[in-house]
Amino acid sequence: MIRNLLYYLIFPGFIFIGVIGGLLSGFDRKITAWLQFRKGPPLIQPFYDFIKLLLVKETILPAKGSIVTFLATPVFAITGAALSGIMILLPAFHYNSGFSGDIIVIFYMLTIPSISYILGALAAGNPLASVGASREMKLIMSYELTFLLVLAAIVMKAGMTIRISDIIQAQVTQGPFIGSVSGVLLFLVLIFCIQAKLGLVPFDMAEAEAEINHGAFIEYSGSAYAMIKLAKYMMMFVLPALACILLLGGMRVDGIHILWTVLKVLGVVLLITLIRNTNPRVRIDQAMRFFFIWMNLLVIIAFVLILFGL
Amino acid sequence: MGFKEYCFKKSLWLFHFGGASCNNCDIEILDCLTPRYDVERFGMQLVGSIRHADVLLVNGSINRRDKARLLDLYHQAPKPILVVAIGACGCTGGIFAEGDTFAGPVDKIIPVDAYIPGCPPKPEAILAGIVKLLNKK
Repeated sequence: MIRNLLYYLIFPGFIFIGVIGGLLSGFDRKITAWLQFRKGPPLIQPFYDFIKLLLVKETILPAKGSIVTFLATPVFAITGAALSGIMILLPAFHYNSGFSGDIIVIFYMLTIPSISYILGALAAGNPLASVGASREMKLIMSYELTFLLVLAAIVMKAGMTIRISDIIQAQVTQGPFIGSVSGVLLFLVLIFCIQAKLGLVPFDMAEAEAEINHGAFIEYSGSAYAMIKLAKYMMMFVLPALACILLLGGMRVDGIHILWTVLKVLGVVLLITLIRNTNPRVRIDQAMRFFFIWMNLLVIIAFVLILFGL
Repeated sequence: MGFKEYCFKKSLWLFHFGGASCNNCDIEILDCLTPRYDVERFGMQLVGSIRHADVLLVNGSINRRDKARLLDLYHQAPKPILVVAIGACGCTGGIFAEGDTFAGPVDKIIPVDAYIPGCPPKPEAILAGIVKLLNKK
Protein backbone atom coordinates (compact mmCIF):
# COMPACT_ATOMS: atom_id res chain seq x y z
CA MET A 1 0.00 0.00 0.00
CA ILE A 2 2.69 2.48 1.14
CA ARG A 3 4.86 1.20 -1.67
CA ASN A 4 2.17 1.90 -4.25
CA LEU A 5 1.63 5.38 -2.85
CA LEU A 6 5.36 6.06 -3.14
CA TYR A 7 5.24 4.83 -6.74
CA TYR A 8 2.40 7.19 -7.52
CA LEU A 9 3.62 10.27 -5.67
CA ILE A 10 7.41 10.21 -5.76
CA PHE A 11 9.18 7.80 -8.12
CA PRO A 12 8.31 7.32 -10.95
CA GLY A 13 5.17 9.30 -10.19
CA PHE A 14 4.11 12.88 -9.73
CA ILE A 15 7.27 14.52 -8.35
CA PHE A 16 9.70 12.65 -10.61
CA ILE A 17 7.66 13.46 -13.73
CA GLY A 18 7.34 17.10 -12.71
CA VAL A 19 11.07 17.55 -12.04
CA ILE A 20 12.23 15.75 -15.18
CA GLY A 21 9.59 17.58 -17.24
CA GLY A 22 10.83 20.91 -15.89
CA LEU A 23 14.43 20.04 -16.75
CA LEU A 24 13.38 18.97 -20.26
CA SER A 25 11.50 22.26 -20.74
CA GLY A 26 14.65 24.10 -19.66
CA PHE A 27 16.62 22.00 -22.14
CA ASP A 28 14.10 22.96 -24.82
CA ARG A 29 14.52 26.66 -24.06
CA LYS A 30 18.32 26.35 -23.95
CA ILE A 31 18.44 24.59 -27.33
CA THR A 32 16.08 27.23 -28.77
CA ALA A 33 18.46 29.93 -27.53
CA TRP A 34 21.50 28.18 -29.01
CA LEU A 35 19.74 27.83 -32.35
CA GLN A 36 19.20 31.59 -32.39
CA PHE A 37 22.87 32.22 -31.34
CA ARG A 38 21.81 33.39 -27.88
CA LYS A 39 23.07 32.36 -24.49
CA GLY A 40 19.63 31.55 -23.17
CA PRO A 41 18.16 31.13 -19.69
CA PRO A 42 19.64 28.69 -17.15
CA LEU A 43 18.52 25.07 -17.34
CA ILE A 44 16.43 25.37 -14.17
CA GLN A 45 14.54 28.42 -15.43
CA PRO A 46 11.17 26.54 -15.53
CA PHE A 47 11.44 25.96 -11.76
CA TYR A 48 11.96 29.68 -11.14
CA ASP A 49 8.93 30.41 -13.33
CA PHE A 50 6.83 27.80 -11.55
CA ILE A 51 7.73 28.90 -8.01
CA LYS A 52 7.23 32.55 -8.90
CA LEU A 53 3.78 31.87 -10.34
CA LEU A 54 2.80 29.55 -7.49
CA LEU A 55 4.03 31.49 -4.46
CA VAL A 56 4.57 35.12 -5.40
CA LYS A 57 1.91 36.17 -7.89
CA GLU A 58 -1.69 37.01 -7.20
CA THR A 59 -4.41 34.81 -8.75
CA ILE A 60 -7.06 36.88 -10.47
CA LEU A 61 -10.50 35.32 -10.90
CA PRO A 62 -12.68 36.20 -13.89
CA ALA A 63 -15.55 38.55 -13.02
CA LYS A 64 -17.84 37.04 -15.64
CA GLY A 65 -17.32 33.31 -15.85
CA SER A 66 -17.53 30.09 -13.92
CA ILE A 67 -14.95 30.34 -11.15
CA VAL A 68 -15.13 26.71 -10.00
CA THR A 69 -14.52 25.35 -13.50
CA PHE A 70 -11.82 27.96 -14.08
CA LEU A 71 -9.89 26.82 -11.01
CA ALA A 72 -10.62 23.08 -11.20
CA THR A 73 -9.49 22.47 -14.78
CA PRO A 74 -5.74 23.10 -14.17
CA VAL A 75 -5.91 20.41 -11.46
CA PHE A 76 -7.60 18.03 -13.91
CA ALA A 77 -4.85 18.77 -16.43
CA ILE A 78 -2.14 17.86 -13.91
CA THR A 79 -4.03 14.71 -12.89
CA GLY A 80 -4.34 13.55 -16.49
CA ALA A 81 -0.69 14.22 -17.27
CA ALA A 82 0.58 12.58 -14.06
CA LEU A 83 -1.65 9.48 -14.31
CA SER A 84 -0.74 8.83 -17.93
CA GLY A 85 2.92 9.33 -17.04
CA ILE A 86 2.70 6.82 -14.19
CA MET A 87 0.93 4.25 -16.37
CA ILE A 88 3.65 4.65 -18.99
CA LEU A 89 6.62 4.64 -16.61
CA LEU A 90 5.65 1.80 -14.26
CA PRO A 91 5.81 -0.89 -16.98
CA ALA A 92 8.73 0.90 -18.62
CA PHE A 93 10.87 0.72 -15.49
CA HIS A 94 9.66 -2.86 -14.80
CA TYR A 95 8.03 -2.05 -11.44
CA ASN A 96 4.91 -3.91 -12.51
CA SER A 97 3.53 -5.19 -15.77
CA GLY A 98 0.46 -2.97 -15.91
CA PHE A 99 -2.85 -4.49 -16.97
CA SER A 100 -4.26 -5.67 -20.25
CA GLY A 101 -5.56 -2.67 -22.19
CA ASP A 102 -3.48 0.00 -20.44
CA ILE A 103 -2.47 1.51 -23.80
CA ILE A 104 -6.14 2.44 -24.35
CA VAL A 105 -6.39 4.04 -20.89
CA ILE A 106 -3.19 5.99 -21.62
CA PHE A 107 -4.73 7.20 -24.88
CA TYR A 108 -7.71 8.62 -22.98
CA MET A 109 -5.57 10.05 -20.15
CA LEU A 110 -3.36 11.91 -22.61
CA THR A 111 -6.43 13.74 -23.96
CA ILE A 112 -7.45 15.05 -20.53
CA PRO A 113 -4.98 18.02 -20.41
CA SER A 114 -6.18 19.37 -23.77
CA ILE A 115 -9.84 18.94 -22.79
CA SER A 116 -9.15 20.74 -19.49
CA TYR A 117 -7.53 23.65 -21.31
CA ILE A 118 -10.65 23.95 -23.48
CA LEU A 119 -13.00 23.88 -20.47
CA GLY A 120 -10.88 26.36 -18.54
CA ALA A 121 -10.69 28.73 -21.49
CA LEU A 122 -14.45 28.61 -22.02
CA ALA A 123 -15.01 29.24 -18.28
CA ALA A 124 -12.80 32.34 -18.39
CA GLY A 125 -15.37 34.39 -20.27
CA ASN A 126 -12.84 36.08 -22.52
CA PRO A 127 -13.44 36.26 -26.31
CA LEU A 128 -9.79 35.56 -27.15
CA ALA A 129 -9.85 32.56 -24.82
CA SER A 130 -12.91 31.27 -26.70
CA VAL A 131 -11.05 31.60 -29.98
CA GLY A 132 -8.16 29.65 -28.46
CA ALA A 133 -10.52 26.98 -27.12
CA SER A 134 -12.22 26.56 -30.49
CA ARG A 135 -8.85 26.16 -32.19
CA GLU A 136 -7.69 23.63 -29.60
CA MET A 137 -10.91 21.68 -30.18
CA LYS A 138 -10.34 21.53 -33.93
CA LEU A 139 -6.74 20.54 -33.35
CA ILE A 140 -7.80 17.67 -31.07
CA MET A 141 -10.25 16.47 -33.71
CA SER A 142 -7.52 16.46 -36.33
CA TYR A 143 -4.71 14.69 -34.45
CA GLU A 144 -6.56 12.22 -32.23
CA LEU A 145 -7.59 9.95 -35.11
CA THR A 146 -4.00 9.88 -36.38
CA PHE A 147 -2.68 9.20 -32.88
CA LEU A 148 -5.14 6.33 -32.42
CA LEU A 149 -4.16 4.86 -35.79
CA VAL A 150 -0.48 5.02 -34.79
CA LEU A 151 -1.24 3.17 -31.56
CA ALA A 152 -3.27 0.59 -33.50
CA ALA A 153 -0.40 0.06 -35.95
CA ILE A 154 2.02 -0.45 -33.06
CA VAL A 155 -0.37 -2.91 -31.42
CA MET A 156 -0.55 -4.81 -34.72
CA LYS A 157 3.22 -4.77 -35.05
CA ALA A 158 3.65 -6.15 -31.54
CA GLY A 159 1.42 -9.13 -32.34
CA MET A 160 -2.03 -7.90 -31.29
CA THR A 161 -1.29 -7.14 -27.65
CA ILE A 162 -2.77 -4.11 -25.90
CA ARG A 163 -0.48 -4.20 -22.89
CA ILE A 164 2.51 -1.82 -22.68
CA SER A 165 4.85 -4.35 -21.07
CA ASP A 166 4.14 -6.89 -23.85
CA ILE A 167 4.90 -4.24 -26.48
CA ILE A 168 8.24 -3.55 -24.75
CA GLN A 169 8.88 -7.29 -24.53
CA ALA A 170 8.18 -7.70 -28.26
CA GLN A 171 10.80 -5.02 -28.97
CA VAL A 172 13.33 -6.72 -26.68
CA THR A 173 12.99 -9.98 -28.63
CA GLN A 174 12.72 -8.66 -32.22
CA GLY A 175 14.61 -5.35 -31.94
CA PRO A 176 13.18 -1.79 -31.65
CA PHE A 177 10.29 -1.12 -34.03
CA ILE A 178 12.05 1.93 -35.50
CA GLY A 179 14.49 -0.45 -37.22
CA SER A 180 11.89 -1.24 -39.91
CA VAL A 181 10.42 0.87 -42.72
CA SER A 182 6.95 0.97 -41.14
CA GLY A 183 8.54 1.88 -37.80
CA VAL A 184 10.24 4.92 -39.34
CA LEU A 185 6.94 6.07 -40.88
CA LEU A 186 5.12 5.59 -37.56
CA PHE A 187 7.85 7.49 -35.69
CA LEU A 188 7.53 10.43 -38.09
CA VAL A 189 3.76 10.57 -37.63
CA LEU A 190 4.03 10.13 -33.85
CA ILE A 191 6.47 13.06 -33.61
CA PHE A 192 3.98 15.34 -35.38
CA CYS A 193 1.18 14.11 -33.10
CA ILE A 194 3.38 14.89 -30.07
CA GLN A 195 4.07 18.33 -31.49
CA ALA A 196 0.34 19.00 -31.77
CA LYS A 197 -0.40 17.53 -28.33
CA LEU A 198 2.25 19.73 -26.72
CA GLY A 199 0.91 22.77 -28.56
CA LEU A 200 4.29 23.75 -29.97
CA VAL A 201 5.02 25.50 -33.27
CA PRO A 202 3.84 24.68 -36.02
CA PHE A 203 0.67 23.64 -34.16
CA ASP A 204 0.53 26.34 -31.48
CA MET A 205 -2.47 28.15 -32.92
CA ALA A 206 -4.45 27.63 -29.71
CA GLU A 207 -1.82 29.58 -27.81
CA ALA A 208 -0.65 31.95 -30.55
CA GLU A 209 0.89 34.65 -28.39
CA ALA A 210 1.42 37.26 -31.08
CA GLU A 211 -2.04 36.80 -32.54
CA ILE A 212 -4.54 36.03 -29.74
CA ASN A 213 -2.28 36.70 -26.69
CA HIS A 214 -1.81 33.15 -25.32
CA GLY A 215 -5.34 32.26 -26.43
CA ALA A 216 -6.75 29.65 -24.10
CA PHE A 217 -4.54 30.76 -21.18
CA ILE A 218 -5.07 34.52 -21.47
CA GLU A 219 -7.04 34.90 -18.22
CA TYR A 220 -4.93 32.58 -16.07
CA SER A 221 -2.57 34.17 -13.57
CA GLY A 222 -0.71 33.22 -10.41
CA SER A 223 -1.05 29.72 -9.00
CA ALA A 224 -3.71 28.61 -11.54
CA TYR A 225 -1.27 29.41 -14.35
CA ALA A 226 1.48 27.63 -12.40
CA MET A 227 -0.67 24.47 -12.47
CA ILE A 228 -1.10 24.79 -16.24
CA LYS A 229 2.65 25.30 -16.63
CA LEU A 230 3.28 22.18 -14.51
CA ALA A 231 0.90 20.15 -16.69
CA LYS A 232 2.78 21.37 -19.76
CA TYR A 233 6.16 20.46 -18.23
CA MET A 234 4.83 16.98 -17.39
CA MET A 235 3.57 16.44 -20.92
CA MET A 236 7.02 17.48 -22.16
CA PHE A 237 8.38 14.34 -20.46
CA VAL A 238 5.41 11.96 -20.77
CA LEU A 239 4.99 12.15 -24.54
CA PRO A 240 8.69 11.65 -25.45
CA ALA A 241 8.74 8.76 -22.95
CA LEU A 242 5.73 7.27 -24.76
CA ALA A 243 7.56 7.57 -28.09
CA CYS A 244 10.61 5.84 -26.57
CA ILE A 245 8.51 2.98 -25.26
CA LEU A 246 6.37 2.41 -28.32
CA LEU A 247 9.04 2.69 -31.02
CA LEU A 248 12.55 3.14 -29.64
CA GLY A 249 12.78 -0.09 -27.65
CA GLY A 250 11.70 0.89 -24.14
CA MET A 251 13.52 2.57 -21.25
CA ARG A 252 15.64 0.59 -18.80
CA VAL A 253 17.02 2.04 -15.58
CA ASP A 254 19.69 -0.47 -14.62
CA GLY A 255 23.43 0.03 -15.08
CA ILE A 256 24.65 1.50 -18.35
CA HIS A 257 21.13 1.41 -19.80
CA ILE A 258 20.32 4.61 -17.88
CA LEU A 259 22.60 6.45 -20.30
CA TRP A 260 20.73 5.09 -23.34
CA THR A 261 17.37 5.95 -21.77
CA VAL A 262 18.48 9.53 -21.11
CA LEU A 263 19.88 9.85 -24.63
CA LYS A 264 16.67 8.52 -26.18
CA VAL A 265 14.45 10.99 -24.30
CA LEU A 266 16.83 13.89 -24.98
CA GLY A 267 16.97 12.91 -28.65
CA VAL A 268 13.19 12.97 -29.02
CA VAL A 269 12.96 16.32 -27.22
CA LEU A 270 15.76 17.67 -29.42
CA LEU A 271 13.86 16.62 -32.53
CA ILE A 272 10.69 18.33 -31.25
CA THR A 273 12.67 21.49 -30.48
CA LEU A 274 14.27 21.52 -33.92
CA ILE A 275 10.87 21.18 -35.63
CA ARG A 276 9.51 23.91 -33.40
CA ASN A 277 12.32 26.34 -34.25
CA THR A 278 12.45 25.83 -37.99
CA ASN A 279 8.76 26.11 -38.84
CA PRO A 280 6.15 28.87 -38.96
CA ARG A 281 2.74 28.54 -37.37
CA VAL A 282 0.21 26.98 -39.77
CA ARG A 283 -3.45 27.94 -39.98
CA ILE A 284 -5.98 25.62 -38.34
CA ASP A 285 -7.40 24.44 -41.70
CA GLN A 286 -3.87 23.65 -42.90
CA ALA A 287 -3.24 21.64 -39.73
CA MET A 288 -6.48 19.68 -40.22
CA ARG A 289 -5.63 18.92 -43.83
CA PHE A 290 -2.08 17.94 -42.81
CA PHE A 291 -3.32 15.37 -40.30
CA PHE A 292 -6.47 14.15 -42.07
CA ILE A 293 -4.87 13.58 -45.47
CA TRP A 294 -1.09 13.28 -45.25
CA MET A 295 -0.45 11.84 -41.81
CA ASN A 296 -3.35 9.36 -42.04
CA LEU A 297 -2.07 8.32 -45.47
CA LEU A 298 1.39 7.64 -44.00
CA VAL A 299 -0.12 5.52 -41.22
CA ILE A 300 -2.18 3.53 -43.72
CA ILE A 301 0.96 2.89 -45.79
CA ALA A 302 2.62 1.73 -42.57
CA PHE A 303 -0.32 -0.64 -41.94
CA VAL A 304 0.13 -2.19 -45.39
CA LEU A 305 3.89 -2.53 -44.80
CA ILE A 306 3.23 -4.23 -41.44
CA LEU A 307 0.89 -6.70 -43.18
CA PHE A 308 3.77 -7.58 -45.50
CA GLY A 309 6.07 -7.90 -42.50
CA LEU A 310 8.33 -4.93 -43.28
CA MET B 1 16.80 38.12 0.18
CA GLY B 2 14.20 35.41 0.63
CA PHE B 3 13.72 32.38 -1.58
CA LYS B 4 10.44 33.66 -3.03
CA GLU B 5 11.95 37.02 -3.89
CA TYR B 6 14.97 35.33 -5.48
CA CYS B 7 12.69 33.25 -7.75
CA PHE B 8 10.65 36.34 -8.61
CA LYS B 9 13.76 38.24 -9.67
CA LYS B 10 15.04 35.28 -11.67
CA SER B 11 11.88 35.12 -13.76
CA LEU B 12 10.51 38.54 -14.68
CA TRP B 13 8.00 38.42 -17.52
CA LEU B 14 7.67 41.63 -19.47
CA PHE B 15 4.54 43.23 -20.85
CA HIS B 16 5.05 46.11 -23.23
CA PHE B 17 2.69 49.09 -23.28
CA GLY B 18 3.40 51.72 -25.92
CA GLY B 19 1.61 55.02 -25.44
CA ALA B 20 1.61 57.68 -28.16
CA SER B 21 5.11 56.61 -29.01
CA CYS B 22 7.26 57.50 -32.02
CA ASN B 23 8.25 53.77 -32.08
CA ASN B 24 11.94 54.33 -31.39
CA CYS B 25 11.72 53.08 -27.82
CA ASP B 26 9.60 50.10 -28.95
CA ILE B 27 12.33 49.09 -31.36
CA GLU B 28 15.05 49.52 -28.75
CA ILE B 29 13.05 47.31 -26.34
CA LEU B 30 12.79 44.64 -29.03
CA ASP B 31 16.55 45.02 -29.57
CA CYS B 32 17.11 43.84 -26.00
CA LEU B 33 15.46 40.52 -26.88
CA THR B 34 17.63 39.91 -29.94
CA PRO B 35 20.70 37.61 -29.86
CA ARG B 36 23.10 40.53 -29.38
CA TYR B 37 21.68 41.69 -26.01
CA ASP B 38 19.51 38.66 -25.06
CA VAL B 39 17.65 39.53 -21.84
CA GLU B 40 16.25 35.99 -21.77
CA ARG B 41 19.48 34.92 -20.04
CA PHE B 42 18.11 36.74 -16.96
CA GLY B 43 14.90 34.73 -17.33
CA MET B 44 12.96 37.60 -18.87
CA GLN B 45 10.56 37.00 -21.69
CA LEU B 46 7.95 39.05 -23.47
CA VAL B 47 4.39 37.86 -22.75
CA GLY B 48 1.24 38.77 -24.62
CA SER B 49 -1.24 38.89 -21.74
CA ILE B 50 -1.12 41.32 -18.83
CA ARG B 51 -2.31 38.50 -16.53
CA HIS B 52 1.09 36.82 -16.89
CA ALA B 53 3.18 39.97 -16.53
CA ASP B 54 5.60 40.86 -13.74
CA VAL B 55 7.00 44.02 -15.31
CA LEU B 56 4.97 46.63 -17.14
CA LEU B 57 7.19 48.52 -19.59
CA VAL B 58 5.68 51.89 -20.48
CA ASN B 59 7.08 54.12 -23.18
CA GLY B 60 5.82 57.02 -25.23
CA SER B 61 3.98 60.10 -24.09
CA ILE B 62 0.75 59.24 -22.28
CA ASN B 63 -2.11 61.29 -23.68
CA ARG B 64 -5.66 61.52 -22.37
CA ARG B 65 -6.86 58.42 -24.20
CA ASP B 66 -3.88 56.31 -23.14
CA LYS B 67 -4.29 57.28 -19.50
CA ALA B 68 -7.51 55.29 -19.03
CA ARG B 69 -6.01 52.29 -20.76
CA LEU B 70 -2.82 52.42 -18.72
CA LEU B 71 -4.86 52.56 -15.50
CA ASP B 72 -6.98 49.63 -16.73
CA LEU B 73 -3.88 47.58 -17.49
CA TYR B 74 -2.34 48.40 -14.12
CA HIS B 75 -5.47 47.27 -12.30
CA GLN B 76 -5.74 44.11 -14.39
CA ALA B 77 -2.18 43.04 -13.62
CA PRO B 78 -1.61 40.46 -10.87
CA LYS B 79 0.35 42.00 -7.99
CA PRO B 80 3.26 42.37 -7.32
CA ILE B 81 3.95 44.23 -10.53
CA LEU B 82 6.95 46.44 -11.30
CA VAL B 83 6.53 49.43 -13.60
CA VAL B 84 9.40 50.72 -15.73
CA ALA B 85 9.14 54.03 -17.59
CA ILE B 86 11.30 54.00 -20.71
CA GLY B 87 12.45 56.97 -22.74
CA ALA B 88 12.22 60.70 -22.24
CA CYS B 89 8.46 60.72 -22.93
CA GLY B 90 7.75 58.01 -20.39
CA CYS B 91 9.93 59.59 -17.69
CA THR B 92 9.07 63.27 -17.98
CA GLY B 93 6.96 63.89 -21.05
CA GLY B 94 9.91 65.05 -23.15
CA ILE B 95 8.98 67.49 -25.90
CA PHE B 96 5.28 66.72 -25.40
CA ALA B 97 5.28 67.81 -21.74
CA GLU B 98 3.38 71.03 -22.46
CA GLY B 99 1.13 69.63 -25.16
CA ASP B 100 -2.62 70.03 -24.97
CA THR B 101 -3.51 66.33 -24.95
CA PHE B 102 -0.66 65.29 -22.66
CA ALA B 103 -1.99 63.62 -19.49
CA GLY B 104 1.10 63.61 -17.36
CA PRO B 105 4.24 61.47 -17.23
CA VAL B 106 3.81 57.84 -16.16
CA ASP B 107 4.63 58.40 -12.49
CA LYS B 108 1.71 60.81 -12.10
CA ILE B 109 -0.67 58.01 -13.15
CA ILE B 110 0.78 54.82 -11.63
CA PRO B 111 3.73 54.21 -9.27
CA VAL B 112 7.00 53.69 -11.17
CA ASP B 113 9.87 51.47 -9.95
CA ALA B 114 12.57 52.41 -12.44
CA TYR B 115 13.20 55.17 -14.95
CA ILE B 116 15.30 54.66 -18.07
CA PRO B 117 15.79 58.06 -19.74
CA GLY B 118 17.05 58.63 -23.26
CA CYS B 119 15.53 59.47 -26.61
CA PRO B 120 15.56 56.57 -27.33
CA PRO B 121 17.64 54.84 -24.61
CA LYS B 122 20.30 52.54 -26.03
CA PRO B 123 19.83 48.82 -25.37
CA GLU B 124 22.85 49.08 -23.04
CA ALA B 125 21.00 51.72 -21.04
CA ILE B 126 17.90 49.49 -20.85
CA LEU B 127 20.07 46.59 -19.63
CA ALA B 128 21.65 48.89 -17.01
CA GLY B 129 18.16 49.90 -15.90
CA ILE B 130 17.16 46.25 -15.63
CA VAL B 131 20.22 45.48 -13.49
CA LYS B 132 19.35 48.40 -11.21
CA LEU B 133 15.78 47.10 -10.97
CA LEU B 134 17.07 43.63 -10.00
CA ASN B 135 19.40 45.07 -7.35
CA LYS B 136 16.71 47.31 -5.88
CA LYS B 137 15.44 46.56 -2.33
